[in-house]
Amino acid sequence: MVDVKLHGAWASPFSCRVVWALKLKGIPYENIEEDLPNKSKLILQYNPIHKKIPVLVHGRKPICESTIIIEYIDETWPQNPLLPSDPYQRALARFWVKFAEDKGFAVWTLFRSSGEEQEKAKNESLESLRTIEEHGLGNKKFFGGEEIGIVDIAFGWMSLWLGIIEEIVGVKLLEAHLFPRLYAWTKNFKEVPVIKQNLPDCHELLLLFKGVREQALGSSSSSSS
Amino acid sequence: MSESRDVKVLGVWASPFVMRARIALNLKQVSYDFLQETSFLTEKSELLLKSNPIHKKVPVLIHNEKPICESLVIVEYIDDVWTSAPSIFPCHPHDRAIARFWAAYIDEKWFPSMKGISTAQGKGAKKAAIDQVIEGLVLLEEAFVKSSKGKPFFGGEQIGYLDIALGCFLAWLRVSEKMHGVKLLDQAKTPGLVKWAERFCEDPAVKGVMPETDKLLEFAKILFAKMRANLPK
Repeated sequence: MVDVKLHGAWASPFSCRVVWALKLKGIPYENIEEDLPNKSKLILQYNPIHKKIPVLVHGRKPICESTIIIEYIDETWPQNPLLPSDPYQRALARFWVKFAEDKGFAVWTLFRSSGEEQEKAKNESLESLRTIEEHGLGNKKFFGGEEIGIVDIAFGWMSLWLGIIEEIVGVKLLEAHLFPRLYAWTKNFKEVPVIKQNLPDCHELLLLFKGVREQALGSSSSSSS
Repeated sequence: MSESRDVKVLGVWASPFVMRARIALNLKQVSYDFLQETSFLTEKSELLLKSNPIHKKVPVLIHNEKPICESLVIVEYIDDVWTSAPSIFPCHPHDRAIARFWAAYIDEKWFPSMKGISTAQGKGAKKAAIDQVIEGLVLLEEAFVKSSKGKPFFGGEQIGYLDIALGCFLAWLRVSEKMHGVKLLDQAKTPGLVKWAERFCEDPAVKGVMPETDKLLEFAKILFAKMRANLPK
């Protein structure tokens, strides 16, 4: 009987964060795919406040919110640490994880909107990228140094989902000549074996997201379940 | 052991987020220099802009000349560094996850709803905003009951991470109650939190740091007047 269960969704970058953390540590788990428009009763029971995936269930105890789950995983299974051991470096890592959480949503707003709202979201997204480029990576290969860590995982959505959004919306944000460090990071990140083997299929994601954007833009009329 | 010159907190007396850092340091009995931003509403100091170039916000903890930003990150750092003193975080990873979950809820959902009371236009919107804050407090009441397990604080016998995360807002909560003539923390709906609030404010680690309600009320009036003046017409 597997003690660790992950309620997630294949297309969700938040879900993937947890998959990456579990795989990096070699933790066996049962993957339970949730149909997002029709979430299971278990999700509503495990996460009554936000009703969202991912939810990690360990020994029948649920843990919610992807970055909180990752900290839990790191504390419970200490092999291949995802956070530095030095308190100051840990504080820096947590600072960037919070930055990723607080600022990441602008890109999703850009994806779901049009006109003035989209333009504003685009500018905010570019501002965030500039900050990460200037202050976040330095000369390191990864945010975690030589190996990926919690900050890389938190920004992992930029390695695939950002490109998908850019393609669908027709807007280029992460351009190599403007953000050379970050651009190089996305390439390096995707080459890490655990990441490479655990990214959703690009074409499937593109199809799904096209549908999501159409729905978001046409949502003033009707919506599906 | 640390000398006060090694530890500085950049902040303002009225900020609940700054309070978090100070309460945590007090719990660990670490002395520090409190460097107040004196023209906070109009101009930020060079030290602040240098220490937190990304957000340009308080609090900033400066320890051995290294800056740490974001109030909850600071509290965790304090707990990580001063390990001989009582723990701020629970020991068990699951309890830690629960504490982090509710702290994130407070910052991402509940505190914005508190701010919403002041910005709501019209009676209907104001009532809706107040109801939202109370709903949040009811959820936090349940969290308190589960977390405290009959003990005085979320953290058990002593103030912990979640006590700090929520408790820092108590003075502003009282200001809100006075300004809008409502009861937010209420005996009928949140009896556990009502008693918890009294205990929290009486704790030696909190007493010197929590502003007096009337002083904060006067400050709030000036602040909101400035904010209204700056609103686009």
